[in-house]
Amino acid sequence: MSLAGSQSSWRYIPFVLPALLLSAAVVLLPAVLTLLVAFTDWDGVSVPSWTGLDNFRDLLSDFTFWHSLFNNVKWSVIFLTLPMALSLAVASLLRTRRRSYAVYQIIFLLPYVLSPIANASIWSNMIYDQISGVVGFMRAHGLPLRDPLGHVGSALYAVAAADMWHFWGYLTVVYFAAMRQVPSDQLEAAYLEGASPWQVFRYVTLPNIAPTIALMFVLVTIFSFLTFDYVYLMTGGGPARATELLSTLAYGLAFRTFEVGKAAAVALCMSLFGLIAACAYAWMSRESLRA
Amino acid sequence: MCLRLDEPRESSRVTNHFARIAGHATLLMAAAVSLGPLLLVVLNAFKPHAAIVQDPLSLPTALALNNFRAAWSGGGFSVGLINSVLLTGTTVLVTVGLAAPAAFSLARRRTAYWKLISIYFLCSVTVPIQLFLFPLYFVYARLGLVGNVFATACIIAAINLPLSILLLRTYVVAIPIELDHSALMDGASPWQIFRYVIAPLMRPGMVTVAVIVALNAWNEFLITSTFQQGSSGFTMTLGYRAMTSVMAADRGIMMAGACIIVVPIVVFFLLLQRLFLEGMTAGAVKG
Repeated sequence: MSLAGSQSSWRYIPFVLPALLLSAAVVLLPAVLTLLVAFTDWDGVSVPSWTGLDNFRDLLSDFTFWHSLFNNVKWSVIFLTLPMALSLAVASLLRTRRRSYAVYQIIFLLPYVLSPIANASIWSNMIYDQISGVVGFMRAHGLPLRDPLGHVGSALYAVAAADMWHFWGYLTVVYFAAMRQVPSDQLEAAYLEGASPWQVFRYVTLPNIAPTIALMFVLVTIFSFLTFDYVYLMTGGGPARATELLSTLAYGLAFRTFEVGKAAAVALCMSLFGLIAACAYAWMSRESLRA
Repeated sequence: MCLRLDEPRESSRVTNHFARIAGHATLLMAAAVSLGPLLLVVLNAFKPHAAIVQDPLSLPTALALNNFRAAWSGGGFSVGLINSVLLTGTTVLVTVGLAAPAAFSLARRRTAYWKLISIYFLCSVTVPIQLFLFPLYFVYARLGLVGNVFATACIIAAINLPLSILLLRTYVVAIPIELDHSALMDGASPWQIFRYVIAPLMRPGMVTVAVIVALNAWNEFLITSTFQQGSSGFTMTLGYRAMTSVMAADRGIMMAGACIIVVPIVVFFLLLQRLFLEGMTAGAVKG
């Protein structure tokens, strides 16, 4: 009981203080600076000059900004449908494999644990490349395939395919872990009642793993608005900005053309979309404040 | 009666049989899709460029290692290996070293404003890197910290901190609070409770978090490529990336380079798969 006193609680501050200080120095303070810089004209070196809402006004009238935002929306729609459905289906199939599930899990996770640099290079050079890739090889042998990364119409999907190849195994393993926690008496009861496999999935498994699905939904939405690595590595936002996302747009503004103020404004917009999903995430994790 | 009961059972056995085969086929296909691109890397790492262009799917004719030799020097992997190890090691030490005590005090709710601090860490899980990257870079540049592995590791540690704290918190919660109480009765200070009672019991959690953070640090791209500029600061993956723009003409050497950066992770992953699975699913599965 002596622990509950407010007097003793200060003695535990040194335990969180180092973590808080590091996070404040690296994340919080620079984030506040970004907020300020967004209202200035700054090249990263000289003294920033206050320009009010100019950066935001520029962005709102800039086609590239809206185009990038739309690409982010496309990206999240792709990731919320294809990998979600595929991993749910494969995870439920894994439930029927009494021994081999362990091997499958490891195989599906392999692309997920490799570095984006390696994965992007593998897909660019060995799959999509016109000279050395499988697509180029098939084209040389008569299949009517275009260069997936080189065309405005297909580049975004080609990059998304590589990223999904890397990501979907993670979802599968998470769903599988959630499915294994479905109480076996509920499953047995359903089977005894004569439920079909589909009915068991729909009325027993699905309700039980719904919280996990909801959490993944939120996380995938958040990361769709933050995604950077695969696009930057495989196309750099091209061709003709066909794969430009808010993250690559901001990065290019800051480090290619040194319009740091404008880059900060884009970063703020990204954060705004992330924030909406982040509130949902914090809300879902609220048990950690209660438990 | 008997017939009518048997009939649907017979047909359902046939459909069951069909469903089982379809299930097997789907799983095998998914496994092939996951492994296919990786097999292409291994196949082509041993082939000269001309053979790859001719047919990227053909088997290598000899176990030639000259691609690997060229890739090792071309990617500057001797320097990269040291930088990668330093970067990863520092990130793990800083992250676990700061997250474990924080998780202890937040889980036991003994810190003033524990709720506010927990909400702060929850929110910072999903903060976009671009939100703090640009000012941080120009501050680092002014302080002369760009290219310093340890300074870069601190950034990656800060990014990994919130999730590590949330994960470790669940391990502390699982330790009976009576242990704290009895240590307190014996006159232990808060630090002694953490050091001698809690920390030894949360060691499995710390190992799991260390493995996940190590993987994140080793693979990190955005921060590392921004802050580790100049070839003396390159990690293995950055060295590989620099090599791909120079040696793009020889895909055999490039795939050998990919092999060099991929194989250690695969081995690490296969050896510690249980910890990886635990760390990756712990935060996401709500039991």
